[in-house]
Amino acid sequence: MARFLRGILSKKANNIFMSKQSLEKLKKTSIMLVAGVFIGIINGFFGGGGGMICVPVLLMMGLTNQKAHATAILIMLPISIASALVYYSHGIVDWNIVIWVALGSLIGGAVGAFILKKISNLTLQYIFAFVVIAAGIRMLF
Amino acid sequence: MDWYWLIISGLFGGLVGGMGMGGGTLLIPILTIFLGFQQHLSQAINLLVFIPTAIISIIIHAKNKLIDYKAFFWLVIPAVVASVGFAFLANNIDNSMLKIIFAVFLICIGIFELIIAIKQSYKKRNNFTDKIGI
Repeated sequence: MARFLRGILSKKANNIFMSKQSLEKLKKTSIMLVAGVFIGIINGFFGGGGGMICVPVLLMMGLTNQKAHATAILIMLPISIASALVYYSHGIVDWNIVIWVALGSLIGGAVGAFILKKISNLTLQYIFAFVVIAAGIRMLF
Repeated sequence: MDWYWLIISGLFGGLVGGMGMGGGTLLIPILTIFLGFQQHLSQAINLLVFIPTAIISIIIHAKNKLIDYKAFFWLVIPAVVASVGFAFLANNIDNSMLKIIFAVFLICIGIFELIIAIKQSYKKRNNFTDKIGI
């Protein structure tokens, strides 16, 4: 009896109740739940940037680079709509501004996706990192 | 506010977003620094602008079968709940305070991206020296 109980408590015994696969699945699900909360906090509080956490999480889940980027957009859509509704309810939205910026963003997005294949990814990453750090420092003062 | 400045800001944000880096992470500081918008307004604009851009990309990606629906559900549910809560919190924080917290967030993201880039170039160089046998 004691042996049996010890067996249940030991790690190996987990396999009696749960196969290795379902254990792995449970682990993945819990990582996603925690990551989801974190992505939501960032995107709700800062009004963006959730995708930058979402992509690495999806890569960790074993998605390919391309699939991770594509899936991240689908995940960020309902999250952004939910947060946008909260900002909207506080009456800080000016539609005249939103329409013009959205127009620019749509054109920029198409161009960006097109030229992505032609420029070295690493160079872009360095530029992006320095620009973001510079912007952050500028906003502090 | 002149409409062309708004389009140019959107262009830059969209360009970076289209390349798969943080488009919003760049659009918000552009609006705050160069156009002098309040931090809350910039964040609200970014969220709203993302919606049409995302819908178009999703349609294209879905056609190319690049979306993994299995990974969708468990991330979205907790994220939506958390985002609504923290969006309320952000809207109850003073503008200058939110701006400072956002700035720290930006610097952290920048450093994080920089570390990843340095790691990758280190790896690349190692591969190269392996190939030519140094």
